[in-house]
Amino acid sequence: MKTKTKRVVIFLGTFALSSMIAGSWVPSALAQDPQVIDITAKRFAFSPNEVHLKAGQPVTLHLVSEDVTHGFFSRPLGLDETIPAKQSVDVKLTPRTPGKYSIICDNFCGSGHGNMKMTFVVE
Amino acid sequence: MKRELDRRSFLRIAGASLGFGALYQFAGSALGNSRALAQLTGEMGRANGEAPAPFTFVQLSDTHVGFNGPPDPLGTKAFERAVQVINKLPQQPELVIFSGDLTHDSEKQDQRAARMKQFKQIASTLGVQNMHYVPGEHDAAIDGGALYREYFGETSYSFDFRGVHFIALDNVSRGKPAVGAEHIAWLQKDLTRFPKTAPIIVFTHRPLFDLKPEWEWFTSDGDKVMNVLSPYENVTVLYGHIHRDDVHAIGHSKHYAARSLIFAFPDPAQVPDKKPVAFDAARPFKNLGIRVVDQTSASAPAINDIELTVNEYSGTVGIQQLLKSGVA
Repeated sequence: MKTKTKRVVIFLGTFALSSMIAGSWVPSALAQDPQVIDITAKRFAFSPNEVHLKAGQPVTLHLVSEDVTHGFFSRPLGLDETIPAKQSVDVKLTPRTPGKYSIICDNFCGSGHGNMKMTFVVE
Repeated sequence: MKRELDRRSFLRIAGASLGFGALYQFAGSALGNSRALAQLTGEMGRANGEAPAPFTFVQLSDTHVGFNGPPDPLGTKAFERAVQVINKLPQQPELVIFSGDLTHDSEKQDQRAARMKQFKQIASTLGVQNMHYVPGEHDAAIDGGALYREYFGETSYSFDFRGVHFIALDNVSRGKPAVGAEHIAWLQKDLTRFPKTAPIIVFTHRPLFDLKPEWEWFTSDGDKVMNVLSPYENVTVLYGHIHRDDVHAIGHSKHYAARSLIFAFPDPAQVPDKKPVAFDAARPFKNLGIRVVDQTSASAPAINDIELTVNEYSGTVGIQQLLKSGVA
């Protein structure tokens, strides 16, 4: 094992031990991994059509297309994704400002495309 | 080069979104006889072989041929009525441009083709035969513009007319609302032969700025397009897509949206959701009309709004006549 790697392991071990002694390191700390939110895109709707998020809390959006290529777009949230037909993409997001945000499909997917949208409620 | 030219008085592309579309006048008569004018006229003549001269043209948008049902049961009636009105204009326009969504999309290729043929048949009844098109997403997004090209030609191109440089810019056929790096590079190259004072008219489908992104009223790389256009002092952008009129300024450029020839959308500042304006049987062409802008004088422009009406069909009886008279 290289010296640098050893130092990292020692540091992390010391940090974990001291945290356990202090009572602050509990398995729930693992929950700091971004929450994964599954969102399905299918002409001409997202499911679910409303998701509640907490400001400052990172999440991973697991976006799945069940049919054709869709878009996943919100200017204020900085989202501009393409979900290829019958594939999935993962997108990391940390919403900063509370509010309601409209997410639209911006990849033309047929006649009902103009109404394909969902809402993020950031609290 | 010393800029003696007053830009505002040089290029009078008077436009405004205009009912069934738009009637624009390029008013060379406002140019006067200044030395700067002569200089610019010479530059334009060298750049495109033709010096600026007065002319009038019309913009039509969002005919959605093939759409038939709520909220607008009249199909192509407004388009046909607009053709009648244009053909009766006392001053005939010299060209007509269509800013996208000529047809409504369909899953069936043969139905799409039939709609494009029907569009061309109606358009062919215009007295003005100098027509230019750019696609909307309903025409071209589903197959990358392949079928559109068979009927209407390239999706991005440019041409010169009466000393004005016109640019058709496709911001829909990629599926996503974007022009794309390749076409932006083409645009930059296309403009290199012109002086910064050249009169330039861009016609496209979607707004090239964030008008209302959550209603999909934007072009994702519109800012890059505008960066390419920003050195040019006389840029007018004509677009459709939003089914209502709008006027917006970005630097030197002005952006005009034309109303549609099918249902209108409301003002996004007034309503929370994107829902078409309800059909009014008493006024079937409500929100459609024509605005004629005459800016040939040095004074403030004279604007005349004329609502597209159906004189021969009025009231409750009239709407029934209209519906029976052959809605496409």
